[in-house]
Amino acid sequence: MAVVTTTPEITYKAPKRRHPVVQFARTQPLGAAGLVFIVILFIAGLFAHWVAPYDPLDLDYGAMLAPPSWDHWMGTDAFGRDVFSRIIYGARTALAVGFLASLLGSGFGAVIGVVSAYFGGRVDMLIQRFMDILLSFPLIVLALTVVAVLGRFPVGGLDLNLIVAIAIPMTPKVARVVRSSALAIRELPYVDAARAAGYGHTRIIFRHIAPNVVAPFLIMFTAFIAQAILLEASLSFLGLGVTEPTAAWGLMLSGTSQEFYSQAPWMIIFPGVAISFAVFAFNLFGDSLRDYLDPRLKV
Amino acid sequence: MLRYTINRILLMIPTLLGVAVLVFLLLRAMPGDIVELRFMMEGGQVSPETLAIERARLGLDKSLWWQFYDWMTGIFVGDFGTSMWTGRPVIDEIASRLQLSLQVAIMATILAVVIALPLGTISALYKDTWIDHLIRVFAIAGLAVPSFWLGMLIILGLLYSFNWIPPLTFVPIYVDPWHNLSQLIWPAMAVGYRYSAVATRMTRSTILEVLQEDYIRTARAKGVFERLVVSRHAMRNAMLPVVTVVGLEFAFLIGGLVVTEQVFNLNGLGKLFVETVTRADYTMVQALVMLVAAFFIFVNFVVDLLYAVLDPRIRYR
Repeated sequence: MAVVTTTPEITYKAPKRRHPVVQFARTQPLGAAGLVFIVILFIAGLFAHWVAPYDPLDLDYGAMLAPPSWDHWMGTDAFGRDVFSRIIYGARTALAVGFLASLLGSGFGAVIGVVSAYFGGRVDMLIQRFMDILLSFPLIVLALTVVAVLGRFPVGGLDLNLIVAIAIPMTPKVARVVRSSALAIRELPYVDAARAAGYGHTRIIFRHIAPNVVAPFLIMFTAFIAQAILLEASLSFLGLGVTEPTAAWGLMLSGTSQEFYSQAPWMIIFPGVAISFAVFAFNLFGDSLRDYLDPRLKV
Repeated sequence: MLRYTINRILLMIPTLLGVAVLVFLLLRAMPGDIVELRFMMEGGQVSPETLAIERARLGLDKSLWWQFYDWMTGIFVGDFGTSMWTGRPVIDEIASRLQLSLQVAIMATILAVVIALPLGTISALYKDTWIDHLIRVFAIAGLAVPSFWLGMLIILGLLYSFNWIPPLTFVPIYVDPWHNLSQLIWPAMAVGYRYSAVATRMTRSTILEVLQEDYIRTARAKGVFERLVVSRHAMRNAMLPVVTVVGLEFAFLIGGLVVTEQVFNLNGLGKLFVETVTRADYTMVQALVMLVAAFFIFVNFVVDLLYAVLDPRIRYR
């Protein structure tokens, strides 16, 4: 009779828990590539005065409409300003406007969505009807009207009213998506428990429901940064967004560029590439973030 | 079905009324009305009496309630008023531009559908192969490239390669189709790229979803040719979300042309909108916004009805 003398060693390998960022990079290589580009853009924008070879406002009448060369990598515009430097500084404008507008729009939208779902009934109906009204305006039409109504309100080189104008058309879209997620959360037992415990509405909304709609919120937030950058570029191009002499990508495509771009195509090619790449990166990242956090969400 | 249809039509009224109130109030909140803007442009000193007379002529001296009431009652008898800037009836001003914008929008839609359906389907069928990656990058890039910049590149390309730029004057398609198309095909391409990108992504994701269904496996099991499985079973069932996206994007295209029309110097609705907003031409902006909003709400409604036609399982009550 064999006697078992030793207990067999139980081998159990705990699943390796990677840092969420590492996990994201491994499963979503394209999204990670987008993130890397966003970070580069951020650094370039933040440290623009070190990265850019020239001052973006420096006029050089000796080198007007100069083609790309070693001195001016992307050429110069009709005032002799260095296009490359203006693009670097433009990153600052685009990111600042994109982030703030998207934060404002999706933040506000998320609050409206959660409140609408939580209270339900007549409140929900009223809010949703109002959102329907806002949704029946095309993005740019609403933004244009708001810009015209609010006028300009520059703070530190940034037009706060422009940010509001870009944020408003986003709000109903975010509200709609967040509301549908929050509707499901509202029915969960712990919300009932919280209510039974006598917590107030504010506490239940912000402590119990809001944390559970963070995933759709984050996804919408990144998706709308891209939209905000595009919208800012369009508005600036129309002369209703960022104004001269601030460097902004959309603005670089308008004004004198319109007259000279057949002779100096670098004036419009590079800013457009910058817009496209920035939006592309945010879209790539946003898409992957959705696949990573909540693949079923339709944005 | 009939009850549902009637209900939906009735529900449009409050939404449209809301749009009307919103745009009306927004415009009145704008700093400086059309009278001030106009005399400012002409320069020189204008006495307050002249401004008052001009305001009275345009009906801006009445209370907000009366202005809104006048506008609404006008709409009910089909009178949208006259442009405060040009003095011409709003309907006439819009009609001449609508023709152009609508044509560009329709051409862009055709372009988008023709590109998106095959690309989206191929992308789904060859998921995770190089061809799928290629199409996905094409689609994501389409969402990133600003259509007005693409328009500039198109003009630049035409100029450099053919030393030719599209004609600047609009001629209706029934008068001179060649001239008309050679002008409008380019803006349609510029906005169509983004549009097709949206539709391609939708087609791909819905076909992927449909391919998981039991009836696809059944069809394959009973030996239906793969080509028929894709065209009859998968594509037909994937059409619903694609129709939605195409419809909604189409509704917004009219407004979305705002920037692209500027690039091609097209005298369309978008350009009219920018002009009238900066001039504070209340009657004109109101009519334009109402038109776009009504169109959007109507397309939404048609899309919902199409659902029932395309998918007999859907029954509205």
